Amino acid sequence: MSYTTREPFRVAHRKPATIDPVLSRNKFRGRVHEIQAINRYYRRMLKLSRVTKSYDGVAVLRDIDLSIPEGQVAVIIGASGCGKSTLLRLANGLVLPDRGTVELMGTPVTASTALALRRRMGYVIQEGGLFPHLTARGNVALMPGRLGWSSARTEARMIELAELVRLPTGALDRYPSQLSGGERQRVALMRALMLDPEILLLDEPLGALDPLIRYELQTDLKTLFTALGKTVLMVTHDLSEAGHFADEIVLLREGSIEQRGPMTALIDSPATEYVARLVRAQRSLVDGLVQRAT
Amino acid sequence: MIYRLTLLLSLWIGYGSAPEAGETTGVAVGSKEFTESVILGEIATQILENARIDVQHRKQLGGTRFLWQALIDGEIDLYPEYTGTLIEEVLGGRLQGKRDLATLRRVLAEQGVSMTEPLGFNNTYALGMMTARAERLGITTISELRDHPELKFGFSNEFMARADGWPGLKRAYRLPQQAVVGLDHGLAYRGLAGGRLDVTDLYTTDAEIQYYSLRVLEDDRGYFPDYRAVFLYRADLAERLPAVLPVLRQLEGRISEKEMTAMNAAAKLGKVSERKVAADFLRKRLAIASDGEVEGLAASLWRHTLEHLSLVAISLAAAILVAIPLGILCARRPRLGRLVLGATGILQTIPSLALLVFMIPLLGIGAWPAITALFLYSLLPIVRNTCTGLQNIPGPLLESADALGLPRFARLRLVELPLALRTIISGVRTAAVINVGMATLGALIGAGGYGQPILTGIRLDDTGLILQGAIPAALLALLIEGVFELAERRLVPKGLRG
Repeated sequence: MSYTTREPFRVAHRKPATIDPVLSRNKFRGRVHEIQAINRYYRRMLKLSRVTKSYDGVAVLRDIDLSIPEGQVAVIIGASGCGKSTLLRLANGLVLPDRGTVELMGTPVTASTALALRRRMGYVIQEGGLFPHLTARGNVALMPGRLGWSSARTEARMIELAELVRLPTGALDRYPSQLSGGERQRVALMRALMLDPEILLLDEPLGALDPLIRYELQTDLKTLFTALGKTVLMVTHDLSEAGHFADEIVLLREGSIEQRGPMTALIDSPATEYVARLVRAQRSLVDGLVQRAT
Repeated sequence: MIYRLTLLLSLWIGYGSAPEAGETTGVAVGSKEFTESVILGEIATQILENARIDVQHRKQLGGTRFLWQALIDGEIDLYPEYTGTLIEEVLGGRLQGKRDLATLRRVLAEQGVSMTEPLGFNNTYALGMMTARAERLGITTISELRDHPELKFGFSNEFMARADGWPGLKRAYRLPQQAVVGLDHGLAYRGLAGGRLDVTDLYTTDAEIQYYSLRVLEDDRGYFPDYRAVFLYRADLAERLPAVLPVLRQLEGRISEKEMTAMNAAAKLGKVSERKVAADFLRKRLAIASDGEVEGLAASLWRHTLEHLSLVAISLAAAILVAIPLGILCARRPRLGRLVLGATGILQTIPSLALLVFMIPLLGIGAWPAITALFLYSLLPIVRNTCTGLQNIPGPLLESADALGLPRFARLRLVELPLALRTIISGVRTAAVINVGMATLGALIGAGGYGQPILTGIRLDDTGLILQGAIPAALLALLIEGVFELAERRLVPKGLRG
């Protein structure tokens, strides 16, 4: 029995506050907020139903069912080639499924809807994907410019976001080649957040950074996710990083979901031998994480 | 950014004025690419100018075929020609072996062409050698060449090809020589003087016969026909501009062989401009005061510069407008792209002279056929670089652009073209520099530009004149390199440099 089919059952039998970060974030706000949060929880931000995708006859994803509730930080993890980036690309219609459907906020993602839907999704890739011919400011203001925002509105939003992603002042007027790796990712994040999207799609956003900067950014990102309360779908190959961010981890193996759940579930009750091995392999890292968590 | 590029280009186009289209109201006089023809053309032009007729001289347009076709097509109204050339070369079989002027007139009329009475002199073909060498070998007649098969022959390109030129001569005299090359008439004299050639074809009114002290070999079998100079004109000229013919007729029988040779010598050896030579003749022989004013160096340089720039700028601008979209197509549809690149590549391999000549039946003579040819040549580098520039954009950048929700065209405009801009500019730059060189050939079909002094210089064996075209052309190429360097610095965003 796959985890997905058990999901409502699981929610009913556990205390929401312990498993639902949205609720835990709002737990001091009183019952009204709690109810709203529960309602939001049941609204599916992203829903993949029986999605199959192959490249050149090789199936990359097979019969994937996955739904991400609003406000959740979900991290897709798996070895390289397991289809995790494809899953992310399916979400914003950069690739379309061979079979099955992808829905964002109830709207099917198709060739004709993708363009409009993408403006409600922020997307950051490993190297940031910043356009080298534009300054940081130019990159961030590209879409607002196209959508006819006033310069005052763009500027205000930019200042707000620069503060949020802790981008050093002055970096905005530099070209990507003049920025450090960490700054580039911060700018990429600003660009992704500029239109205030409902969901953030992050494809190994910290993958290309050296360890110190990576650690710094991990901390900042975590704070950011909490502050924004947005739905996040993130891809990484690092289990400890996944544990650090995830409300829920989706473990992919060869195009199928091996296990889904919070980090603790993966550690305490691995669904398969593969999961157990994966956890053991990163044990030392995970140990520290578990100690911090307890 | 793209806007800035377009703006820059449009400014540049505006700079060189569009070349004039063929005159429709006035008379267009043509002349072939050798001095005598240019002088005769100039004499006709000035005598008509003097009669207050609107006239334009399209100098040194090319060879016989070229001028004849231009006359038939109405690109020019009249040009100096030789009866022998008409009989032997132009009308060929249509005369049915008859060589009299009455038959000639009748056959010409069938083509819509009329002819004046002969102007006086006979400028027939002859073969010539350096006198010293001819003496050593004891050669005085063409027949005697048969005994010296080792002699190197160098003939003007036209003579090599004409029915009444080398092929017929070889048959008539049974000449055995194998080492025969075709080259520019002006260069042949230098070849003779330098000892690289032994025999060349001459015109009997050539100034060089005396200058290089050449021996004119006797045509002992009477092979070469009469080459009496006449003006050919379109039959409709009498109706269209009745004032022209009476004026032109004043020249009939007025130019003797001696006078023509002297005028050729003045122009070729004395470095007097053809315009002045013609003016002097008209004043002395016909008491017509033509100004014969010669354009100063600065003025002619300026004119050639404007002509050259407009050739290059218009062809290049058109090529940019066509080639960039083609390049985009190539990048989008690789299979179609290979086809487009192949086609433009083939255009590139057509010899430039041939391409220019192909343009004539389609577009006539003057600036437009030259511009079209230059345009075709410019396509490949721009198409190829646009295509490569677009294809080399890293995939993640395109994906990021898509993920932002940029529509296709916006992605092209805001992301792809700016990223490919540097490559595109270098393609345009290649095309521009090629164009500057290639445009000098435009003078061959009456397009003007720096090729004009080069062509005249080759004809007159005047290095100074050649340099008057060659140096500015080289400088212009350098200047264009500089302009593009600057354009690249201005247009390519800082983030892409270094």
